[in-house]
Amino acid sequence: MTKNIGSARPRDDVRLLLDGRGTYLDDVPVTGALHVAFLRSPHAHADIAKIATAAAAALPGVVRVVTASDLAAICHGWGSSQTFPGLVERRQTALAATRAVYQGQPVAAVAAETRAIAEDGVEAIEVDWRPLPEMAALDHALEPGAAPAHGDLASNLAYSGTIGANIDPAIWKEAAHVLEESFIFHRVTGVPLETRGVVASYLPADGSLTVYQSHTAPHQLRSLYAMHLGLDEGRIHVVTPQVGGSFGVKIHLYPDEIATCAIARLIGRPVKFIADRLESFTADIHAREQRVRARVALGADGRFLAWQVDCLLGMGAFSTHPGSSVQEGDETVRLAATPYRVDAFAGRVDVAFQNKTIVGQYRGVGHPMASAVTEYMVDRSAEALGVLPEELRRRNYVPDDAYPTTSASGLPLDALSHRKCLDEILRLMDMPALRLAQAAFRAKGVYRGIGLSAFIERTATNVPVNAHVRKATAQDGVTLHIDPSGSVRAAITVTEQGQGTHTAIAQVIADALGVPFERVTVISGDSAATPYGSGIRASRGAPVGGELALKAGRALRRNVLAAAATLLQVAPDDLTLDNGTILRRGGGRGVRLDELAEAVHFRPQLFQHGAQPNLSVAMHFGHDWPTLVPTNGIQASYLEVDARTGMVRLLHHWAVDDFGTLINPLLAAEQVRGGIAQGIGQALYEELLYSEDGQLTNATLADYLLPKASDLPDITVGHVETPWPHSELGAKGAGEAGTTGALGAVLTAVNDALRPLGAKITEMPMTPERILRALGKI
Amino acid sequence: MDDLVVVSMTVNGRAVRRAVSPRQSLADFLRQDLGLTGTHLGCEHGVCGACTIVVDGRIQRGCLSFAAQMEGHTVETIEGATASGRLAALQTAFRERNALQCGFCTPGILLTAAEFLADNPRPIRDAIRTALSGNVCRCTGYHAIVDAVASAAEALS
Repeated sequence: MTKNIGSARPRDDVRLLLDGRGTYLDDVPVTGALHVAFLRSPHAHADIAKIATAAAAALPGVVRVVTASDLAAICHGWGSSQTFPGLVERRQTALAATRAVYQGQPVAAVAAETRAIAEDGVEAIEVDWRPLPEMAALDHALEPGAAPAHGDLASNLAYSGTIGANIDPAIWKEAAHVLEESFIFHRVTGVPLETRGVVASYLPADGSLTVYQSHTAPHQLRSLYAMHLGLDEGRIHVVTPQVGGSFGVKIHLYPDEIATCAIARLIGRPVKFIADRLESFTADIHAREQRVRARVALGADGRFLAWQVDCLLGMGAFSTHPGSSVQEGDETVRLAATPYRVDAFAGRVDVAFQNKTIVGQYRGVGHPMASAVTEYMVDRSAEALGVLPEELRRRNYVPDDAYPTTSASGLPLDALSHRKCLDEILRLMDMPALRLAQAAFRAKGVYRGIGLSAFIERTATNVPVNAHVRKATAQDGVTLHIDPSGSVRAAITVTEQGQGTHTAIAQVIADALGVPFERVTVISGDSAATPYGSGIRASRGAPVGGELALKAGRALRRNVLAAAATLLQVAPDDLTLDNGTILRRGGGRGVRLDELAEAVHFRPQLFQHGAQPNLSVAMHFGHDWPTLVPTNGIQASYLEVDARTGMVRLLHHWAVDDFGTLINPLLAAEQVRGGIAQGIGQALYEELLYSEDGQLTNATLADYLLPKASDLPDITVGHVETPWPHSELGAKGAGEAGTTGALGAVLTAVNDALRPLGAKITEMPMTPERILRALGKI
Repeated sequence: MDDLVVVSMTVNGRAVRRAVSPRQSLADFLRQDLGLTGTHLGCEHGVCGACTIVVDGRIQRGCLSFAAQMEGHTVETIEGATASGRLAALQTAFRERNALQCGFCTPGILLTAAEFLADNPRPIRDAIRTALSGNVCRCTGYHAIVDAVASAAEALS
């Protein structure tokens, strides 16, 4: 039997991308589209006393200038999607009406014949701004007397929640060691290389809205647009064409996107909005802005007696839509210390309003900080006990045979493999040799560090709270059809942004059905072509989409064998299907799938003595597994810190992950490497720099430092496979593990390098300036 | 609203004569007027390299040039370079090594790598990394891209 699952198969669908023939949002052919540009607030917090649009409207080529009042009757605005009870909400509208609460918030729009003219129009709009005191700096957001981010707020505290149980105060007194540390994580953003964009067309004649959008969840968009614009959902068609990167940025719905569709409805012509890079920096979701305090009580025998982890998250001016900004802080606390046996755990999440861009779900949501904080504290614990970091990890991991279990923070966990992953990464690194090399370099005054970072990643979101408000279904759907040539077409709701979803799904279907991989074509990203379903988020493509593909492929196989049984006048159980050919178990003449398919479609007379043949399957699947699907892994970083300049040179990086059944090791490894690059970015380079008055000062790719090829090391990727026991396929999510582990690996490695110098650093990114400060040199 | 400028150039081996707005970038001209959408725009200020094209035989940022400056020049885009076959070894290596995910940066990286390999047929790994450092890829972490360029160099030698 041909086995595609587990095969390191390259993607066939990259051929057109390699030839420059992909169709990204701006490449979608659209006739007669107007271009929309937005006037965005230049202030973090300001009243809009007056907007004068006449000069803009008079420019040749400008078709319409739109302000909040023009859209009020079409789109009423929205709150967050309230997935955390008690979260204080403030309503948003697509265009700000009387007050702007973050720099970059859309205030007015110009629809014109070209993008350039639309931008001319934006420049010609005059706004009478009345600046207000702004709340930008997170450290002061909750202090008494802090300026409120919204005028009617008594406090900037948007949410406060506790996790775990109270810790007996006696534990802190009786512990052999109590370790405490504070961490600062600065704001970053996802930076997909293709910016966000929408092409929307509304036909007044039939009330239909067609939307092309750079997004990962077309059906969710369709439901949301129906809700926001008061349209019949059945008349909305959403297509997500080739998507040039998302990383979470494109699972949200933004005010400018809603405004673009509302403008299409207002003027009845196709309109196009493509964010430029400045808009992308100021208006895409931001992430990670946290202050975390961790406190660990350690027994003399190395037991973790108690962990307390408190997080303050800056969420910006609103909670993200759909979903909730709180998740970025909640996941950090909830996942802290989860790889380890911990006797008691208590955590707290406070979330603050700010006059800054909204914080949303960037790859890894909260997880990277959980791992970084945890692993830093584990290293400190090992130091206090005088044992090797890997030894304390091994001793305190929840043993691989102790699952299922529940973490001290209350998370149900199953089928994890921390010890196996640790053993494998130590083997890949050749840790004893690496430590000898490190010692030799230290003797020469060269400071090299080795850091480990274990983590748990929660993948495959199932039943989000208030899914009906978020329009976030837990189900995915697929239709499979065999055409007369015998080729198989799968239309599935998990989408492709380059991670290889289509290839992985085709591999599963090929095996489940019994056909060569090359005969399976997968399409997604079109609400009219696939059944209703979730789309991509939370690393769900393999565990949920793959399981659906397996079930549907097997169902189609049953249909194929039934049709073949009628054709061959035998019982279905006497037939097998492998590699595209139906064979009799006992020998004798079989039939090729293409011959059967041709007969089913064009020779109905051959089937008149049995049931109607059916070479299609439609199926939905939403898992009822006990929890999200947890995965685990560990990463290691080897690097050198230049104590004179504060520069960090990355020498090598390793990752070992347990994604359960690996559908395609080649694609999984590159998912991991790409995620690691983003985690390294947060660790060393990336930071959205705000001035005290809430101005983003580095909103260009020249000033916001992304990791480049020469910054990054080679990355060795290994795998441990503990299949998810609750599915037939056994796959777990692989999309975010790289980002999750890398931040902590680099943090612990830098601190390992600094240790002989008597210095430590817990503020990220760890820039040369911050490292020199840690060393007391500036 | 702008006075148009007539400009003649060669694009992918064919003579092109068009009236263009003086403020239209070469990348916008290629994409919007000639339908050559393989040239991508990631930042529009010359940093990300997604709009990399070839002008008179050397790579250049399409977003930092104006179409009106191209009078008498020869321009090659990913479409032309693909059709000529000169990228075939790189394209094969990129596919086999899975050296791209979303593909948005890929045309620019291929054209950059092709020029680099023409000048450096037997490159070491660090030299490949340096050569590609003017091109942002947000998906891959670059490791596979470096592998693919090294593999293409071997195939071409």
